[in-house]
Amino acid sequence: METLMAYVVGILFASAIYMMLRRSIVKLVIGLIILSNAANLLIFAAAGMTRGAPPLIPEGALSPLGPVADPLPQALILTAIVIAFGVLAFAVVLIHRAYEVVGNDDLDQMKDTDT
Amino acid sequence: MSPEVVLPILIPLLAGALTLAFWRSQRYQRWITLLAAFALLAAGLWLLDSTRQHGYVVMQMGNWPAPFGISIVADLLSAIMIVLTGIIGLAIAIYSMVVTPDQHERFGYYPLMHLLLAGVSGSFLSGDIFNLFVWFEVMLLASFALLTLGGERAQMEGAIKYVTLNLFSSAIFLSAIGLLYGMVGTLNMADIGYKLSQVEHTGMINVVALMFMISFGIKAAAFPLFFWLPASYHTPLIAVSALFAGLLTKVGVYAMYRVFTLMFTGDVSYTHDILLWAATLTMLTGVLGAAAQFEFRRILSFHIISQIGYMLLGLALYTPLAIIGGVFYIMHHIIVKTNLFLVSGVVYRLLGSYELKKLGGVYKHRPGLALLFLVPALSLAGLPPLSGFFAKFIIIRAGIETEAWVVTAVALLVGLLTLYSMIKIWAEVFWKAVPEGTDTTALTGKRKDSQMWIMLLPLVGLTLCTLYIGLNGQPIFELASDAADQLMNPAGYIEAVLGVLP
Repeated sequence: METLMAYVVGILFASAIYMMLRRSIVKLVIGLIILSNAANLLIFAAAGMTRGAPPLIPEGALSPLGPVADPLPQALILTAIVIAFGVLAFAVVLIHRAYEVVGNDDLDQMKDTDT
Repeated sequence: MSPEVVLPILIPLLAGALTLAFWRSQRYQRWITLLAAFALLAAGLWLLDSTRQHGYVVMQMGNWPAPFGISIVADLLSAIMIVLTGIIGLAIAIYSMVVTPDQHERFGYYPLMHLLLAGVSGSFLSGDIFNLFVWFEVMLLASFALLTLGGERAQMEGAIKYVTLNLFSSAIFLSAIGLLYGMVGTLNMADIGYKLSQVEHTGMINVVALMFMISFGIKAAAFPLFFWLPASYHTPLIAVSALFAGLLTKVGVYAMYRVFTLMFTGDVSYTHDILLWAATLTMLTGVLGAAAQFEFRRILSFHIISQIGYMLLGLALYTPLAIIGGVFYIMHHIIVKTNLFLVSGVVYRLLGSYELKKLGGVYKHRPGLALLFLVPALSLAGLPPLSGFFAKFIIIRAGIETEAWVVTAVALLVGLLTLYSMIKIWAEVFWKAVPEGTDTTALTGKRKDSQMWIMLLPLVGLTLCTLYIGLNGQPIFELASDAADQLMNPAGYIEAVLGVLP
């Protein structure tokens, strides 16, 4: 399972970078969305996956019996998803506004500030 | 209980909420902003005093013992950074009263400013690596909104680059946290430092270390990842530019200092060597970029980059003296750089431009303002007896002691080229005659500007800070020396957070 996830994460990162290198700002934002999802999956995979063993401690015991899934990565991913949602919502509004102001969705046309 | 360690986060958060509550009344928002800025500075000074007495001030959130809960930790470096945040926050708050247009104020300028300060303070105080990520995002989101406030074309173009590269850096940061958690199973920075010091240093740890370096390098605008900075910092309102210039990149530098003194110290010859060359090239490209520019704020933006190089150099040399130099440099740089941006704002108000060729004659009509420029400018270039001289002197001496000849030579050369840029601004803006066709009614005082003195207030204050650091360097040096001492001995930090270890 971890191996499969590793490949999935790799493909996601690759496609995110590819999308970000395109000239259209819409594809740029799509690339950013994929990038944040790739990072989330990476946390999930790197922290180790345990199937069907919820981290519950039976009554009377002080620690769980046997190996259990680690709940912390999921909490991290949840936080990261919420943050990414907020930031990407801003990014979508930004490219819309930029498109209105510049009148073009080509990144190559946005060079006024570089000269 | 030590409330002083959370106050620098709570005060701006509360002020942000209050200014939001008074959305319709700009007058109340201003007063709240001023009060909160004073309170933040006071809280910072309290924290500094407390860390000087106890060494470390730690608070466990929700009383969960470390490493299970989130720790808020202040050591001397954090406290110094909080005090600087307070100083800059106050200067910008006063300055904003005059320069912020009505339109910006009505669209939430002050709440955003407070949120930004909360994010910055949180980053300085967090003792948990994931929490650090969250504070980074708070800071970034506020900075995105501040950067685009106004919605002009240049701002949009700058913002797209700024947002993209910063989100990219956040994704790398997050991935690095995930990988690190997979290896050591903890997020508490002190615990990570302890666990990494116990295990054999493998290639995988170096990979994660480099991921952190890239991520913080983008935020700190280090070579070759700085392109977002000169593309965006000259586009927003001048008060926003000055706030960003003073604080934001320094958060990246701080994170670099924290991570590469506490966590990744097992293979210094590898990680810090890469950092050394990155720092050298940062200094050089920044200053050469500035030499080619003829716009006031763009020159200053490129100089931020070259100065970041000096700070990273202090960390990369990784000797006690070099770290002292780095900390000293951060203190000097934040104050001086903000001050220079604020001067450019005053000149803009007098002559209505940032382009050097459209400016001139300021020295003839406003010698006082010229002096307020000259002190931070010469300090930035490192002329004695100003603060920049001592900062550069310590770092270059540390470079000579470690026999890093090339790096030291570059550092000296960059100092010279900085002087060249400052002289260029001096000659163009202050010395030469006013170009024909420029509206000089504000400059010569024919058109009265009753609020000008409020704008000059923070300039005078920051200049006095620079002079104080320069002329009374000994206590500041001792402070930096104590902070460096703590950074070089991470065992103290680990023990303060985790309790006594077996």
